[in-house]
Amino acid sequence: MAVQPQTNQTTATGTEYIVRCKDVVKEYMMGTQVVRALNGVTLDIVRGEYLSIMGPSGSGKSTLFNMIGGLDKPTSGSVFINDVDMAQLDAQELAFLRCRTIGYIFQTFNLIPVMTALENVMLPMIFGGLSTDEAIDRGIELLKLVGLGERLHHKPSELSGGQQQRVAIARALANNPQIILADEPTGNLDLRTGKEIIELLRQLNKEQGVTIISATHDLKMVDVSDRIVWIRDGRIDRVEERAAVEVRVGDVEGTPG
Amino acid sequence: MRKDGRQVERLQLPFRVAFHISMQSVRIRFWRSVITAAGTVLGIAFLVSVLTAMMIQRNSGAVTDPTEKYRMTWLVIMSLLVCLVGITNAMLMSVTERYKEIGTMKCLGAYDIFIVELFFIESALVGLIASVIGWFLGVFAVVLIKLFSEGLKVFGWISPGEVFLYLLLSIVIGTLLSVIATIVPAQVAARMPAAAALRVEV
Ligand SMILES: Nc1ncnc2c1ncn2[C@@H]1O[C@H](COP(=O)(O)OP(=O)(O)O)[C@@H](O)[C@H]1O
Ligand SMILES: [Mg+2]
Repeated sequence: MAVQPQTNQTTATGTEYIVRCKDVVKEYMMGTQVVRALNGVTLDIVRGEYLSIMGPSGSGKSTLFNMIGGLDKPTSGSVFINDVDMAQLDAQELAFLRCRTIGYIFQTFNLIPVMTALENVMLPMIFGGLSTDEAIDRGIELLKLVGLGERLHHKPSELSGGQQQRVAIARALANNPQIILADEPTGNLDLRTGKEIIELLRQLNKEQGVTIISATHDLKMVDVSDRIVWIRDGRIDRVEERAAVEVRVGDVEGTPG
Repeated sequence: MRKDGRQVERLQLPFRVAFHISMQSVRIRFWRSVITAAGTVLGIAFLVSVLTAMMIQRNSGAVTDPTEKYRMTWLVIMSLLVCLVGITNAMLMSVTERYKEIGTMKCLGAYDIFIVELFFIESALVGLIASVIGWFLGVFAVVLIKLFSEGLKVFGWISPGEVFLYLLLSIVIGTLLSVIATIVPAQVAARMPAAAALRVEV
């Protein structure tokens, strides 16, 4: 398992960074016009944290998701995962990284429509070389973990949005990833279901220690996040620690004016 | 092993799994499969109808014009080419419809070649089924027409062994036709970026 961390550089304070973005710029060509979706993003993400990337629509959240997830290459700047520069990886290594190190969750759930819930969860494990029996066992276990033990053989079209997103979460966890990347995971869900999904993600973050990076403009995410990165027009506007957010709320309550 | 010595574990898609996914895809996207199959059905039906008509004519003892044979061969080849374009077109539409699914598979680790494999198996399956249907329609149509014009004696002019050979020929040509027509669409699909998984329709 080569693309996995060799040694994890830790800083003097002992903080271990799982993702580091350095001056990431991403430009898209729209006809003859250049659209700068990311305009110099520098961000270090700590192993095990729950990070929310907040910002209005069009601010560059999905673009950043693509960069961190190894789905697209930055125009300039670099992204390191476990201290490996992603620009150095070839197509096969990137596929391996996507299969083993990162789990993806999408706004539109993105289950493979022709496969059952269980088959969807099994697919990354099959790619990863697990035998069918092993994949079935682990798939069932994961679907139970997300509360869908009764819906193993349902097709995505037979599941509600919230149930589909749970399957997607189980699938993202299939190969024990170090990072879960979620792009607007609650964007297509109603308020209550969205809340359940957020709580499930938080629980997985705590119990399994998986780093969660979630792009969202859902303010419900604020409560569960360890850190919130606010982005605007492709730039990081400000970064808030949850502690700070709570203190600030406390301030507002404590000191009038 | 890379040049810098790092070892990369290969990901895999066992044939059994690929076959299952493709089969489900043909079944669940039934109407899309019918559209793709239509090209092969028509092409093979025409081919078989020409062959069957020639067989009946030969067995009835009627003299055949030798130039007629070349003309028909030419016509059959042209029709198969037209069908090829039709299948390619239907498959390309199918690929465009599935951009999100393809992108998602790539996010789960699929290599480009997995995507190519899935499309080839799918088109081979559709081609196979379409060939059998096309063969049946071709034989059926000619026998029916001859039955009206010549009466029951037509049945004496049919050699079952030869008709069965047409089935084998249909399956080979039809499946090959379908797979060849999928070369370009499968490549388009394989080049679909993983980031396509995030695209939200507007
Ligand atoms: N593939 C693309 N081609 C052209 N422009 C794009 C593409 N993806 C994103 N953009 C542009 O980049 C900007 C940021 O988009 P995005 O990252 O999707 O924002 P968000 O996810 O925060 O809504 C937008 O102006 C968008 O139009
Ligand atoms: Mg977005």
